Amino acid sequence: MLQPSTLYSLTAVVLFCMGCYSLLTYSHLLRKILGVNVMGVGVFMLLIARAYAGEGQQSDPVPQALVLTGIVVAVCATALALNLAVQIEATTHKADLAEDEENNGNAN
Amino acid sequence: MPTDQWHLIPLAIALPLSAVLLAILVRRATVYLLLGILLLMSANAVGLTWLVSSQGPKTYYMGGWEPPLGIVLYADGLSALLILMTTIVGFAAGLYALRYFPTKTDDEDATHRKNHFWPLWMFLLAAMSALFLSRDIFNIYITLELMGLAAVSLVALAGEPVALRASMRYLLVSMAGSLFYLVGVALIYANFGVLDLPAIRAVINQSPAAIIALSLMTVGLMMKTALFPFHFWLPPAHANAPTPVSAVLSGLVIKASFYLLVRLWFQGFDIFLTPIIMIIMGAMGAMAILWGAFHALKQERVKLLIAYSTVAQLGYLFLLFPLIKSGEASKLAWSGVFIFVLAHAFAKAALFLAAGNILKAYGHDRISDLGEMNRYIPVTVFAFGLAGLSLVGLPPTGGFIAKWLMIRSAILGEQWWCAVLIAGGGLLAAGYILRVISRAFRTVPDIPRPKPLSPLTEWTALGLALLALGLGFTGVYTLDLLQAGTPEFILNLAGGIP
Repeated sequence: MLQPSTLYSLTAVVLFCMGCYSLLTYSHLLRKILGVNVMGVGVFMLLIARAYAGEGQQSDPVPQALVLTGIVVAVCATALALNLAVQIEATTHKADLAEDEENNGNAN
Repeated sequence: MPTDQWHLIPLAIALPLSAVLLAILVRRATVYLLLGILLLMSANAVGLTWLVSSQGPKTYYMGGWEPPLGIVLYADGLSALLILMTTIVGFAAGLYALRYFPTKTDDEDATHRKNHFWPLWMFLLAAMSALFLSRDIFNIYITLELMGLAAVSLVALAGEPVALRASMRYLLVSMAGSLFYLVGVALIYANFGVLDLPAIRAVINQSPAAIIALSLMTVGLMMKTALFPFHFWLPPAHANAPTPVSAVLSGLVIKASFYLLVRLWFQGFDIFLTPIIMIIMGAMGAMAILWGAFHALKQERVKLLIAYSTVAQLGYLFLLFPLIKSGEASKLAWSGVFIFVLAHAFAKAALFLAAGNILKAYGHDRISDLGEMNRYIPVTVFAFGLAGLSLVGLPPTGGFIAKWLMIRSAILGEQWWCAVLIAGGGLLAAGYILRVISRAFRTVPDIPRPKPLSPLTEWTALGLALLALGLGFTGVYTLDLLQAGTPEFILNLAGGIP
């Protein structure tokens, strides 16, 4: 039988991969930023899933503290990314990283 | 208390952090206050270096709380040296920024840029000091993110669309890299229940979870270091940032994630260091050296040329892995690579500041349209040339000492390809540095007269170049200091890698 923590860990891995896929394949900046966020949620879920110690058991507090800190970092990074995206949209009138000049911009 | 003097360790983080607050709260006249704090930071870094060299490495528990509850800081010769390097380059580029961002201007954008520059700058220095002192893999994640966010914002300060796109790409790569790293941290904690590096070293085994965790952390950090083939974000970000920012990004920031890779592999996960892994890392480094130099040779703008040169120079750092082989060769490689880190930091920062001067004086940095620089901006040209010498690795510069140690290590370890690569990479570097220098003395008929430069911006570039040169004369002291942090793993390598 599938343990709850295994189920959540697998979901976490799927989320991480989905986010990564979105980051790599879409060119719209909002999609990329959301992709990174979904990746982050995957990592947090992995940490939380491993904190679960079983029915009625005390769960491990350390991963929860790590996730809280991680969420703060993710919020800051997302805020900065959104702000940059808005500025890019405002100055170039498009929300992607397509380069129209020099620097072989192998967009990720 | 006899341990009081070790409060220098947290001070290395607290001083720049207090400067961040000052820079935000007190707008007027802060620049001089901030320079004062930078002076204090330099004194602190020198003190810390001296302490570590006389008393050996030190573990410091913040507030007396021991792990797993408290935060552990750890200073050895390597971290002290890198903090000293960060402070010096941060200070010099900060002085440059004084004149780079105009003091009195009616332009709203320029004022806005100047007001945002200083808090971010000090924040970057604080994050880097914290990173060099961290030993807990989760705290390392936090410091990585703090450093990345500050660095991205500083690139975006340039404000032009190219710079905005470059910083956006930098941010996305940086965030993705951090998340890859964090998955590794999560796996380690889930399987071994520890986060402190020495504790990890004690319990780690060859389980699949550990291998996946280490691979993910390594890939994440390589993305942030811009090691080939993850280098694509680096040239546009470093070339389009404001000049003082380019200098610290290329000189310092990318070294931080390399430093973490070294700490992880040699001080936590050394059981995974097999010859195959060493060769793969070295091969990526070799590709970086060739690819970066090849593209640097083709660039049309000075700043882009220097940025591609950074891609190449990063490759040398990764030769550390194949060069670590047996006792003596390993010690030589260890010292050589870290002296290389220092020499490159000073030389590359000097090159970027000099390139910024060229850009400011001529209004552009297209290599083909430059000329008569020796007449108009002689100090800058001299700085560029000196820093270039160190990059090429000619005596008596720091770059020479570093490459000489690395080549000796390669010969001792019978890694001939590394020796050839190190020497050949120097020739390629000579090629792209000469492309710029040869323009300096060219007489061009009707070149528009360049704008005069502030002496401060010229002399800070020269100062950094002189440091790269001076490193060649203080090599022995630096070597001794690095011994105070060489991992036991390397010192114990009498019989070579299993």
